[in-house]
Amino acid sequence: MSEPISSGADWTFELIEEYHAEIAAIAEEFGLDTYPNQIELITAEQMLDAYASVGMPIGYSHWSFGKHFIRNEQQYRRGRMGLAYEIVINSNPCIAYLMEENTMMMQALVIAHASYGHNSFFKGNYLFQAWTDAEAIIDYLVFAKRYVAECEERYGIEEVENLLDSCHALQNHGVDRYKRPSPISMREEQRRLKEREAYLQSQVNDLWLKTVPQKVAETEEDTPANFPQEPEENILYFIEKNAPLLEPWQREVVRIVRKIGQYFYPQRQTQVMNEGWACFWHYHLLNELYDRGKVTDGFMLEFLQSHTNVVSQPEFDSEYFNGINPYALGYAMMTDIKRICVDPDDEDRKWFPDIAGSNWQQTLDFAMRNFKDESFVSQFLSPRLIREFKLFSILDDDQQNELEVTSIHNDAGYQTIRQVLSNQYNLSMNEPNIQVYNVDIRGDRTLTLRHVPHNNVPLADTRGEVLKHLKRLWGFNVKLESLNAEGKVKNTEECAA
Amino acid sequence: MAQLIDRRPNAKNKSTINRQRFIRRYKKQIKKAISEQISERSITNVDSGESVSIPSRDITEPTFRNDKGGVREGIYPGNKEFTQGDRIKRPDDQGGGGGRRASDSGEGEDEFVFEISKDEYLDMLFDDLELPNLQKNQLRKMTKSKTVRAGFTSDGVPTNINIVRSLRSAMSRRIGMGAEPRRRLRELEAELEALRQEIGGDGKRCLELQQEVEALRARIRKIPFIDTFDLRFNNFVQRPEPTSQAVMFCLMDVSGSMDRETKDIAKRFYILLYLFLTRSYRDVDVVYIRHHTQAKEVDEEEFFYSRETGGTIVSSALELTRDIIAQRYPATDWNIYAAQASDGDNWNDDSPVCEQLLAKQLLPQLRYYAYVEITKRDHQGLWEHYTHLLDSHENFAMQHIREFEDIYPVFREFFRKHAQ
Repeated sequence: MSEPISSGADWTFELIEEYHAEIAAIAEEFGLDTYPNQIELITAEQMLDAYASVGMPIGYSHWSFGKHFIRNEQQYRRGRMGLAYEIVINSNPCIAYLMEENTMMMQALVIAHASYGHNSFFKGNYLFQAWTDAEAIIDYLVFAKRYVAECEERYGIEEVENLLDSCHALQNHGVDRYKRPSPISMREEQRRLKEREAYLQSQVNDLWLKTVPQKVAETEEDTPANFPQEPEENILYFIEKNAPLLEPWQREVVRIVRKIGQYFYPQRQTQVMNEGWACFWHYHLLNELYDRGKVTDGFMLEFLQSHTNVVSQPEFDSEYFNGINPYALGYAMMTDIKRICVDPDDEDRKWFPDIAGSNWQQTLDFAMRNFKDESFVSQFLSPRLIREFKLFSILDDDQQNELEVTSIHNDAGYQTIRQVLSNQYNLSMNEPNIQVYNVDIRGDRTLTLRHVPHNNVPLADTRGEVLKHLKRLWGFNVKLESLNAEGKVKNTEECAA
Repeated sequence: MAQLIDRRPNAKNKSTINRQRFIRRYKKQIKKAISEQISERSITNVDSGESVSIPSRDITEPTFRNDKGGVREGIYPGNKEFTQGDRIKRPDDQGGGGGRRASDSGEGEDEFVFEISKDEYLDMLFDDLELPNLQKNQLRKMTKSKTVRAGFTSDGVPTNINIVRSLRSAMSRRIGMGAEPRRRLRELEAELEALRQEIGGDGKRCLELQQEVEALRARIRKIPFIDTFDLRFNNFVQRPEPTSQAVMFCLMDVSGSMDRETKDIAKRFYILLYLFLTRSYRDVDVVYIRHHTQAKEVDEEEFFYSRETGGTIVSSALELTRDIIAQRYPATDWNIYAAQASDGDNWNDDSPVCEQLLAKQLLPQLRYYAYVEITKRDHQGLWEHYTHLLDSHENFAMQHIREFEDIYPVFREFFRKHAQ
């Protein structure tokens, strides 16, 4: 046994390096594959800054980030909100922010959680590998910031701000869900920028030149095909490529917002897994430190206290209940997978014949790499966990006066609960399905969107405002059609000039 | 190995620009909120920032979202008594429990409340006043001299003698003047001693030496303990210093003809004046004098909110101002400002008296006297008489306010003139 690294609550740079070295060594023994780490010490105020710009170290300037900053600052000052202990960025090297207010224990916890947990997830998970480019993100953000600042100088702050407002309104609909986006890099972007501006504009001109003046003899066969031929779900992409009146620089700004939205798309789909993975590993890494005598009993008690806070799940009728805590569910599932591997019982052998009794490190690694929340839950949520969490499902149909309990934690309910919970993490079921359906290219260029409601869930009232933003980008009338269950247009909302 | 970087020293206030963008964008709303709050704020409370609240519907960022309704199935933790097929009443939206997750956007509140700093507050408030111009033209301040230490001199009056310095230089003089004789004395004494050992002590040489030793001792004794040359005096000089104190007299007519709105306008005017003065002076006293037929010094609360009825005799307030200045605010020590708000009513025979009082007694003592007439009617006798003062007195100004919106321009007008 060796001496503990330190015993007090205060941290120093030397201690952080020592802890990091120990944690790094243990992580390597466990086979965690990570990007190199970059650890940055920041103040609480800087943490608020980072919050405001969705955790990105260098974003372009926009009033909405200021709004979030002000709101968070207010809450923080009044003590209504604790700050996250860390923020970690999916980049290479992987940047983790530690707050200076943290105790030494907390810094070690954050290093284990962010610099090894999240970091290895970013590097290993298929969604991140396929959809984001850790090498290029920082450069791209720098490029975006400069480009937006340059536009502000050239065209005025207000002009750029209005454009960004409109883009932000549609950012969630600027994501390719099925097609891998091309990787981004700053040098490449700049080289292609000029080229692309010219090209894009020529494409657009082409479309309208070809279509608009051709008002020749119309026969039945000649009725124009739908444009776009297939409905387009990436509204911002459609705008960038086809909006007739946008200037080249405006197309570029649309693209920037779209690219950044795309970058965050995997994070929104892997919250449970990502946090679960990170919690699982900080727990294991720090316990290993303790077993090796590197940390004191006091350190462990302090650690367990915050660990327990993070992974606790308030029950549905508690005043603290705020949905299912992704940390709690993720951590419990990761731990449960290890248990199924190491110490399976009959139920596990029946439900998980593939992994019961297998090597837990390999199994967890496989799970981390090849799933997202939706598939992870439907694959690995065990009956035992459903019992532990006492999960139950509620059917809320606005045609009925009462809610119905459709299943509970018993034999009959396990499968349903698993399925319903998995759907809950399926973004495409939780975000409204709205696609660009048609453009009246021979007429007044009205853009028609189609909303296909899922389970009759209506759109919120904000749609009117969003349509106004879309109209600003498109430059002509915009229509939103809502379909009913039979696939017929139920009602149409129009935002006319 | 990880890179460890200390980012704390740099990149502070990275969000400042975003915050400024926010304030810039919502300037209109913020200014509206500020001007609504001005009546709830004490005149002298300019040290704190202000909590501003603007409607949150103005600042939402709309997105396509799912609304409540439709068919949803969700998972909740912590089942206690439910079994499959149970039907439960739908909880109220705010009733906690299971139905809460629809409001995930957290946009529940109606108002977005945040704090702006004192400077931001003042800038917003003074925005229309083109404050940069005003700042350039600092108010003239009256100067008053102050005695300050300025080292030491070798002559002065006895009360200013610096004992330590004087004795120190006396001592060094004594050491300096006595050094040569004492060295010589030591030599002679040694020689004398040697002679005594040798020949018994009564040779001629011995006597000579003895005499010389005596002479030297006498010489050393004669070195004076202290000399006029040694004396050091503390030195003081007079340095002119601008006084940082100002007093502001708020005079207001509270007779029956002054309604609530008129008083509100007056209050804004006083706040502006106070803010303006605090930018130039460190300490600003405020004296509130209200009057109808008699004048009375009151506190702020009473000044604005209590009502009296009766006629109006303006000169009573001017007399009281004069008396208070004489008693408490000598014009040699204080920068005196006065602002009078009235709806123009005055007892007719009193107006000439006011003119005389101002011209002869008050204006010579004041930095500035501002008269605002808040009325929608025509001017009356008081205005006529005050007009006579305009040409002869630079530090007198008068303006007519009809509406709320007139306050800023009028204020600007006042100080454009004054700052020149």
